[in-house]
Amino acid sequence: MPDVAIQTRDLTKKFGDFTAVNQISFEVRRGEIFGFLGANGAGKTTAIKMLTGLLSPTSGEGSVAGHDIYSESEAIKRKIGYMSQRFSLYDDLTVKENIRFYGGVYGLSRDILHDKYGEILEKVDLKNEMDSRVGSLPLGWKQKLAFSIALLHEPKIVFLDEPTGGVDPITRRQFWEMIYKASEDGVTVFVTTHYMDEAEYCDRVSIMVDGKIEALDSPVELKRSFSAKSIEEVFIELARGAENSDG
Amino acid sequence: MNNVVEITEVSKSYEDVKALQEISFEVEKGELFGLIGPDGAGKTTLFRILTTLLVPDSGEAHVLGMDVVDDYRKIRPILGYMPGRFSLYQDLSVEENIRFFASVFGTTLEENYDIVKPIYQQLEPFKNRLAGALSGGMKQKLALSCALIHKPELLILDEPTTGVDAVSRKEFWEMLHLLKHQGITILASTPYMDEADQCDRVALMQNGKILKISTPDKIAQSFSSTLYGISSRHRFRLIQVLREYQHVKSVQPFGESVHYADQREYPDTEEILNYLNSHEIEDAKIQKIESNIEDTFMELMEQEESHA
Repeated sequence: MPDVAIQTRDLTKKFGDFTAVNQISFEVRRGEIFGFLGANGAGKTTAIKMLTGLLSPTSGEGSVAGHDIYSESEAIKRKIGYMSQRFSLYDDLTVKENIRFYGGVYGLSRDILHDKYGEILEKVDLKNEMDSRVGSLPLGWKQKLAFSIALLHEPKIVFLDEPTGGVDPITRRQFWEMIYKASEDGVTVFVTTHYMDEAEYCDRVSIMVDGKIEALDSPVELKRSFSAKSIEEVFIELARGAENSDG
Repeated sequence: MNNVVEITEVSKSYEDVKALQEISFEVEKGELFGLIGPDGAGKTTLFRILTTLLVPDSGEAHVLGMDVVDDYRKIRPILGYMPGRFSLYQDLSVEENIRFFASVFGTTLEENYDIVKPIYQQLEPFKNRLAGALSGGMKQKLALSCALIHKPELLILDEPTTGVDAVSRKEFWEMLHLLKHQGITILASTPYMDEADQCDRVALMQNGKILKISTPDKIAQSFSSTLYGISSRHRFRLIQVLREYQHVKSVQPFGESVHYADQREYPDTEEILNYLNSHEIEDAKIQKIESNIEDTFMELMEQEESHA
C-alpha cells in the first residue's frame, strides 16, 4: 500500500447546471486523521459519495487505497469502512448478530469472525451485552460498536460521517481515542463533524465552501494563518457569506 | 411572580427507564435558560411535560403560575414550542405555514408582524417556496417564526441547532438574543457544550438528573482541581502514559492538548515532564489552563457514576 491513501485532482461533480463539487484537489496520507469540514450544502456528502464509489464524478481524477474511483469502485468498497450517525447498525439485531451480519457482508471466515467477537467486545466493553438488542444500548455504546464494526474487515481507510453527534463528552473522547488507536495501527481516518472543537483532534483539516476546498492545513497552522483562536473562528470566517450554505 | 417556569421534583419513567428523576429548577422572567446534555439526558421529556403534552409521574410543574396538568388549556396559548424534529408542513409554502400557525392561535401574520419581522423578513424573498424545499438553516428560521407568531410569553426550543453547521448555529443564537431583548423568556436545549456561553444560566443534565445549575462562567470555574494543558506530537501515547502516572487524577483529550488534573494540591510540573521524558515523550509542553464547561461536565458525570 502506497503512503498516499486518498488522492484527488480537480475532482468535480455537477448536477445539471449546479456544481456541487468544484475541482477539489487534495491528498490524505496513510494513517492520517483527516477532518473534512464544510457548511451544510457545501458539497461534503457529494464528495464522500465519489470517494466511496457510490457516485461517479463528472470530471477530474481520484484514487482511494490505490484504486481508481471511476473504474475500480468495487475494489474501493472492499478496502474501506464506513459509519455514519444516521445509519450504521440494525437496532432489531443483537450485538452479536450485527457483528455476524457485517462479517458475512465482508466475507470473513468463521474463525476470523470468532476472534473478532472477543476483540470488539473487549474494545467497547460490551461483554455482558452480547445478546442485547442494539436498539436498547445507550447511544455512545452504539457509536463505539458501530466504529469497531466498520473496522471489522480491516479496511485501509475508514470514513466517519458525523460519528459523535449527541454523544456525551466522556464517550465522545473515548471515541476519539479509538480513532487515535486506529490511526496508530495505520488506518487512515476521514471524518466529518459539526463539533468544531473536534476538528482540533485531526492531523489536518479541510474546509469546504460552495463546492471548493478553501483551506487545508493542520489545525495549528490554520489558526495561525487566519489569526484565529479556534477552528470555529476560521470556519465562520470562511463559510459566512457562502452562496450555497444553509443560512 | 418573577418565575416563568417552576419545576419541583418532577419524575417520569417509561417502563424501566427513568427519564427524569426528581428534577427541580426555575426560569426567571426574561431569562435565556439552557438545558445542556447529551441524547438520552431527559431534555425532550422535560419539554414535553412543560408544553403539557406529557403528564409527570410525580412532582409539579408550573408555567406562569399555572399547573401543567390542571391548567393545560390556559398554558398552551401562551407557549411557543419548536420541537426537535421539524414541525412544518412540507407541502405548504413558507407563507402558508406561518399563516396556518397564526390562524391556529387566532391571530394573523399582519397583527403580529412586528415580533417575527427580524427573522421572517429573511424568508420573505422565498415566501412562495414549499417548506420541504428549504435548506436546513431556512427551515429552522421558519420554524422559529411559526413558534413566535402568536406572541408567546415563553419560548421552548428543543435542540434547535442540532446537526446545523457552525455558521447557522451562530446566527440562530443571535436571533434568540434579539428575542430575549424583546422580553421573551426562552428555554432552549442543546447537546453542544460550547453553546452554554450563549445562555444566562444553564442546567447540565445527564441520565435524567440535573448535575448542576448556574451561570456558564461559574460552572466552568467550578472544576475542583488545577488544570494543565499538555501537548506532544505523540498524542495517543501521551494519553496512555499520563493515565499510568502515579499522581494522576484525570486525563481527557481536548484536540491539540490533553487536559490533565493531578491528585496533589501543588503538582510539580517539572517532575511530570521528566516522567513523560522517561517514557519517550520528549517534546511535551505543559501549562496551567482555565477549565471550561466540558471539564466540569465530565467531572460531575464521573462523580455521579461513582455514587451510582
